[in-house]
Amino acid sequence: MTSGLTMLAYLVAAVCFILALRGLSSPTSARQGNLFGMIGMVIAVLTTLISPNVVNYLPMALAVAIGGGIGAVVARKVQMTALPQLVAAFHSLVGMAAVLVAWAALLTPENYGIGAVGSVPISSMIEMSLGLAIGAITFSGSVIAFAKLQGLVSGAPVIFKGQHQLNAALGIAILVLLVIFCATESYVVFGLLTALAFILGFLLIIPIGGADMPVVISMLNSYSGWAAAGIGFTLGNPLLIVAGALVGSSGAILSYIMCKGMNRSIFNVILGGFGGEGVTAAAGTDGDKAVKPGSADDASFIMKNASKVIIVPGYGMAVAQAQHALREMADKLKAEGIDVKYAIHPVAGRMPGHMNVLLAEANVPYDEVFELEDINTEFSTADVAYVIGANDVTNPSAKTDSSSPIYGMPVLDVENAGTVLFVKRSMASGYAGVQNPLFFKDNTMMLFGDAKKMTEEIVQAMD
Amino acid sequence: MANQPDTIASQVDALAEQAGTLAEQARTLAEQVAGSAMGSAGAASHAGEFWWLFTVFVLACFIGFYVVWSVTPALHSPLMGVTNAISSVIIVGALIAAGPAEFTSASWLGLAAVLLASINIFGGFIVTERMLAMFKKKKT
Repeated sequence: MTSGLTMLAYLVAAVCFILALRGLSSPTSARQGNLFGMIGMVIAVLTTLISPNVVNYLPMALAVAIGGGIGAVVARKVQMTALPQLVAAFHSLVGMAAVLVAWAALLTPENYGIGAVGSVPISSMIEMSLGLAIGAITFSGSVIAFAKLQGLVSGAPVIFKGQHQLNAALGIAILVLLVIFCATESYVVFGLLTALAFILGFLLIIPIGGADMPVVISMLNSYSGWAAAGIGFTLGNPLLIVAGALVGSSGAILSYIMCKGMNRSIFNVILGGFGGEGVTAAAGTDGDKAVKPGSADDASFIMKNASKVIIVPGYGMAVAQAQHALREMADKLKAEGIDVKYAIHPVAGRMPGHMNVLLAEANVPYDEVFELEDINTEFSTADVAYVIGANDVTNPSAKTDSSSPIYGMPVLDVENAGTVLFVKRSMASGYAGVQNPLFFKDNTMMLFGDAKKMTEEIVQAMD
Repeated sequence: MANQPDTIASQVDALAEQAGTLAEQARTLAEQVAGSAMGSAGAASHAGEFWWLFTVFVLACFIGFYVVWSVTPALHSPLMGVTNAISSVIIVGALIAAGPAEFTSASWLGLAAVLLASINIFGGFIVTERMLAMFKKKKT
């Protein structure tokens, strides 16, 4: 059904996509990889355009120009702190595109070489409905994720009675409709299938709390890949299948890494509700103990007398836009001959690797930034750990208190450093609602204030 | 063919006409295929194609698995950006829907999908490029 040359071009494009991912194994080869990705896309589009059935060039060029223009402007303008929202919005577009293509395939099967209206093979109808359902779930789920991240709706999990039963019922209804559709090739059933999948995507994401967004975004990333692969099966197009499989497995791996970073199973996250209800397991640890507050001058004095400082940034740093002030502080310390490193927890930030991008944007060299497992043993050799905008990921009760809701989660061993400087707005607990015993340790000094302001004051005090 | 907008140049018209006849041929071919699909021979070939595609799918999952595990954690955000752009290769399906000279409701669906996928392709690659450009080594 497709000529040899077309298949060859698709194969080349698929190899380009693999090289694009491969390039990301190191920051030095990453940009070349991205270029391969673009080349692959151009080959794929051109190959399709020269196929004999595709002739309606003017409207297509217009659609590409409008879409490409919007995409280019948005991608150039977006703030790096808003990356998670942008990615969620992009996922929703892939999902919607899959829905539209599935409908187009149903309306004009002859264009795709899958029979004619009324005589579409059953296997094609199954593939079509799977692509449609996954696409629709990706779309509505991503829209909710976007709204939560953008603050359009509350990030708190929305939970109601019988939620899981409702989702299960919807899932079964979708399967039943799928069977009916395959038997009848009815547009109405296909429409119902679309509507139910939209609703299911919506319901799957609303119970998931704002702080679980790294998992949600990775999951939707994965779904968008599977949707593309599903459409690839419908069209009998190996390139779509390869690209979809690559993206699908990439998202799945990222979801796994994020879940491991929180010591939670993927089911636990999907079933949701974490961080919303009053988690009061670790009660009664505070009250009698006192914290040791400090000033910017104290912090500056301690750090200037250190020989090694490890900075632990969290999402709070990004919210306060403190990354540039932080880099300035690190520069001052390095000028004094002090060894400065950054320690990043896998779930710091609102999407995988978010913190690395924010630090890179503030011109922090990537070879000063380390992942949890690479730096955790170094805290015992550090004089100062500067914790800014992070809380739960430094909580030692994850290691010691088996009744704590975050017990078992991998944490940064900041308490092993000579002095812990903890920048915090107030004594409120982190998203997990867990008290952090780190605050009451003898070697911890609390720096109360806005992350950006406090860091700027420390920089001034260093002069 | 009659629905062609008047504004299109005559050359494009000629091209479209050629393509139209080609499309007609393809349609008759497709009809033949559809007809033969009723028979057991057609069904068997479609099943054979499925297994061939399924093999490609499973192997690609394995490639994805190994390639993505080798991605450095520091670049997980750019990874999402680039996979986002790559999954928009679904534009191929959209172009086929929007392709035929005859303008139907499927063409509109196809064009809408082309627009959405284009946002994603341009946006995904550009934002990835922006992120990657920021990753710099320590100055020595």
